[in-house]
Amino acid sequence: MTGYIVRRLIQAFFILILVTLLIFFIMRILPGDPIYMYLTMMEAQRISEKDLMALKKQFGLDKPMIIQYVNWIRGLTHGDMGTSILNRDSVGKEIKKRLPRTAYLGLLALIISAAVGIPAGIISATRRATWLDNLVTTIANCGITVPIFWLGIVFIYIFGLYLKWLPVQGYTSPFDNFWLSLKQAILPVLCLATMPTAGIMRQTRSSTLEVLRQDYVRTAWAKGLREPAIIRVHVLKNALIPVVTLIGLTVRVVFGGSVLVETVFNIPGIGRMTVEGILSQDYPVVQGALLIISITVLLANLLVDLSYGWLDPRVKYE
Amino acid sequence: MNRKEKPHAKIELRRISRVFFTRKVVLFGFIVIVIFIFTALFPFLLTPYDPYRQQLEETLRPPSAKHLLGTDAIGRDTYTRIIYGARTSLVTGVFATFLAASFGMAMGLLAGFYGGITGTAIMRFTDAIMCFPPILSALVISGLLGAGLRNVVIAIGVTLLPAYCRLMYAQTITVKENDYVLAARSLGATNLRIMLRHVLPNCFPPLIVLITMNMGTAILSEAGLSFLGVGIKPPLPAWGAMVSEGYLYLRSHPVLSFAPGLAIMLVVFAFNMVGDGLRDALDPRLRGRI
Repeated sequence: MTGYIVRRLIQAFFILILVTLLIFFIMRILPGDPIYMYLTMMEAQRISEKDLMALKKQFGLDKPMIIQYVNWIRGLTHGDMGTSILNRDSVGKEIKKRLPRTAYLGLLALIISAAVGIPAGIISATRRATWLDNLVTTIANCGITVPIFWLGIVFIYIFGLYLKWLPVQGYTSPFDNFWLSLKQAILPVLCLATMPTAGIMRQTRSSTLEVLRQDYVRTAWAKGLREPAIIRVHVLKNALIPVVTLIGLTVRVVFGGSVLVETVFNIPGIGRMTVEGILSQDYPVVQGALLIISITVLLANLLVDLSYGWLDPRVKYE
Repeated sequence: MNRKEKPHAKIELRRISRVFFTRKVVLFGFIVIVIFIFTALFPFLLTPYDPYRQQLEETLRPPSAKHLLGTDAIGRDTYTRIIYGARTSLVTGVFATFLAASFGMAMGLLAGFYGGITGTAIMRFTDAIMCFPPILSALVISGLLGAGLRNVVIAIGVTLLPAYCRLMYAQTITVKENDYVLAARSLGATNLRIMLRHVLPNCFPPLIVLITMNMGTAILSEAGLSFLGVGIKPPLPAWGAMVSEGYLYLRSHPVLSFAPGLAIMLVVFAFNMVGDGLRDALDPRLRGRI
């Protein structure tokens, strides 16, 4: 087991290096020069060639790409993620400020999607082909196809503008004003949770159906066990293995969703930061955001892989 | 295929279509897709208006007999723009999926067939891509390349690619161990021939399902990118961009963003349901995996 963990960590480390390479070089190979973006805001015509070089030098953009990469990585190991070209703020500080907001909403969404998706999937599978199953399946199928930014807008219209139950936009920290924070979080969290909930429902349903067909479940019925006991003891643990994988992958989906949801609800989180960084071609900001998001996703996947051993002893750690 | 096998193929096809059309929701999805493709090909048959024509004396009109879904902020007919937007969505879906499938399959095939360093490099590369949320990588690629249909196709194609690569890789490493591959090789078959004749056909059922589902995913991603402002360039009608434009007038004219969003949902739903139906008909073992 220890050997497996170590190997898995080394593998994750290599993927992390690949990820940094991917982030860095894609940002530079693709067209667009952040200096010109910066200059258009400061009257590009008036600047001299010399000043331009000085500016490039200031941001380290005059050096060869490999050196720029090494400098970036060296900075990262010291906790320095660079400075924003646009407003000269420290990227690390900005991320520290914004990541908790995205994580707060994202975690709530993850918890809701597991808490709703798993029971709904089990009910749907055990009551197969009843109206309840049809209802759950239909909702799940709609959930994986609805554009969440549009869903957010519909929610804003219904609950914010029409019924006036909830605030329309913005973000407040739960430590500043708990009730306002909670009210503001409801709609974005619902949007973020929609797709994962639907995905978990579908996965739970299909893997539960799979397990219900197994011989040992028939044996359990034959022994005269009651349904709740069969589901809890024999079905759940086996059926949940693929669901756990999916929950791990869901971290990625939630981060992706935050890009859209934070735009709709005007939440200053890390998703919105990436969009703003891209629109203004602010390389360091986008790099930093991408790095933090990919590391989180990588860690989530690692956690899932490690949890296999606990859930399923059949999994051999090769 | 020789003549003797034909009746069998016919029976198989009949069985597939029977299973496929059993579920009403799959049939519904199929009809929606047919309508969607027809709309994308012949939008001018469905509306008398021009999607680009601005009528500044008729801005933000409510729905009426003349303008079924009203007009937008610069007086363009909303219904007409939704009709023409179907073409944008279809083009993105088809080309992004085609791009991802062709490159992804080639990569997976190479990785599985040759293994070694090539294989490891290719597969770790896809692992790295999969550390990013798809919409995020599409956002970055499309944002850096600049808005526009071609760049959106490239951006979404890259995000869809790893699934094909993995599918092909998994299939290749199983198939290549089979005796019939050894037999083919001993008869002097080249690597290319083995890949094309023996490995590729084995992957078709899951591939068709994946392609169908990805059509929906690609359309959804395009809508997201256009909503964020890094997707389709205006004035080309795109559903995601219409939702975004309509958002500004949500209080007074909710239909401007509600209607195009419904169109997105309907089409993506249809592709997903047809994908589900195809999976059940072609290869029920895949249930829950794709």
